[in-house]
Amino acid sequence: MIRDFAIVWSERDLLLSGLGNTTILSVLSAIAGLVIAFVLTPALMSKRRWLALAVRVFVDGMRCVPFLLFAYIVYYGLPSFGIRLDNWSSGLVALTVYHAAYLAEILRGAWAAQPREPLEAGVAFGFSGPRLFRRIILPPLLLAAGPIIGNQMIQIVKDSAFLTIIALPELTHAASSIQSRHYVPFAAFITAVFLYWGLCLIIEAGVSGIDRLAAARR
Amino acid sequence: MGMTNDMAVLDVAGISKRFGDLQVLSDISFTVTRGETVCVLGPSGSGKSTLLRCINWLERPDAGQIYLNGDRIGINNGGVVMSDRELSRVRTRIGMVFQHFALWPHLTVLQNLMEAPVQVQKRPVAEVREEAMALLAKVGLSDKCDVFPARLSGGQKQRVGIARALAMKPDVLLFDEPTSALDPELVGEVLLVMRELAREGRTMVIVTHEMGFARDAATRILFMDRGRVVETGRPERFFVSPDTERARQFIQRYAAG
Ligand SMILES: Nc1ncnc2c1ncn2[C@@H]1O[C@H](COP(=O)(O)OP(=O)(O)O)[C@@H](O)[C@H]1O
Ligand SMILES: [Mg+2]
Repeated sequence: MIRDFAIVWSERDLLLSGLGNTTILSVLSAIAGLVIAFVLTPALMSKRRWLALAVRVFVDGMRCVPFLLFAYIVYYGLPSFGIRLDNWSSGLVALTVYHAAYLAEILRGAWAAQPREPLEAGVAFGFSGPRLFRRIILPPLLLAAGPIIGNQMIQIVKDSAFLTIIALPELTHAASSIQSRHYVPFAAFITAVFLYWGLCLIIEAGVSGIDRLAAARR
Repeated sequence: MGMTNDMAVLDVAGISKRFGDLQVLSDISFTVTRGETVCVLGPSGSGKSTLLRCINWLERPDAGQIYLNGDRIGINNGGVVMSDRELSRVRTRIGMVFQHFALWPHLTVLQNLMEAPVQVQKRPVAEVREEAMALLAKVGLSDKCDVFPARLSGGQKQRVGIARALAMKPDVLLFDEPTSALDPELVGEVLLVMRELAREGRTMVIVTHEMGFARDAATRILFMDRGRVVETGRPERFFVSPDTERARQFIQRYAAG
């Protein structure tokens, strides 16, 4: 067993590059997903019925599709419509769009639970449109929903593992190449598990930081 | 323009508003001249909040006109309903104080005062900060400038609410029951600030149930019932010998506590 871990250690460059790619994928998708959610959420809350309905259909649809299937559709399905993305772009697009739907729904829920008066004060004091959302509505949402958003970030990290099926060289992909090359499945996969766990710990540290900010304002 | 006399800061002409089948405001007209403190009295549900919300178009009136220093609110020169952007510009000229304070929870007290002047009115940060600190001193909260609203008492929150409205240098201040959400022992500190503003000659429209305050601080009383202005007059006359039976009953009910 020690020998198995020694083999994994000898392949550390591969694992670290996998870890690096997983981190890059997750960070980019999390940021892009949040930015898209910042557009989807006001649409979900819009008084324009058709807009709210269209976005609602997208969000609910996305939340009912298994991520693996969605990644297949983006990578293998889109070319039928003439949209051909390489595995990196497909992976990023799939992760981002999929989790943007969840993030939008999280923010909408937090919004619905907010008192109406501060928002109304924003309007009364001359805020409107994007500035109203950015300066008045959004900050309390992020503070209130911090822990749930953190959970979603962890979900993004975990879902990125599925992208091994489109040959994206992320952490799970690296672990499985090491195991198939040297036949050390336990050592290879358990090492990957610990590395994922490390990423989650970092996210949780970020969440507790946000929670401290929120607690001072509650 | 031209419809208002020179001194009228706010001119409300024939405002009506209905929610579904409920006629909440019926043909409300009044003017507020510079330096006046108009207290709006009336039973709960008589449309007082809706009236204030129509003045800055938080609610869109069904009929009537509102002029602020001669400028029509809500309808632009072309005769069409203002865009959100145009409305925003007008709204910065009307300060509003809310029953439940409505402070922005993610901003400190000082940031609450500076937010609209800097972000909406685009005034220089240094100048706005200096004025905001002076306003906090005026309402007795200089030491709380870096505190978040959640750490304040109700009375302190409302004093911040008033300072926040003043920070925009509005032409008129609208108060919607500013002391109704406060514990009785905290009402006094807020009324004190409002009396001071009245003495300074700020132009204000105040919806309140504080009869003592209305009696000494108001220059004029507007008594509303079921969406109509039933009676209007100077407080010394209104409270002693009202013209209408409804006003008499209302005063008696509140005088009895
Ligand atoms: N957005 C709304 N939709 C439907 N009815 C409303 C709305 N706002 C107020 N009302 C109704 O209008 C009437 C007047 O309300 P309001 O202006 O709040 O009275 P007041 O402030 O004098 O107590 C009440 O019957 C209230 O239920
Ligand atoms: Mg009211």
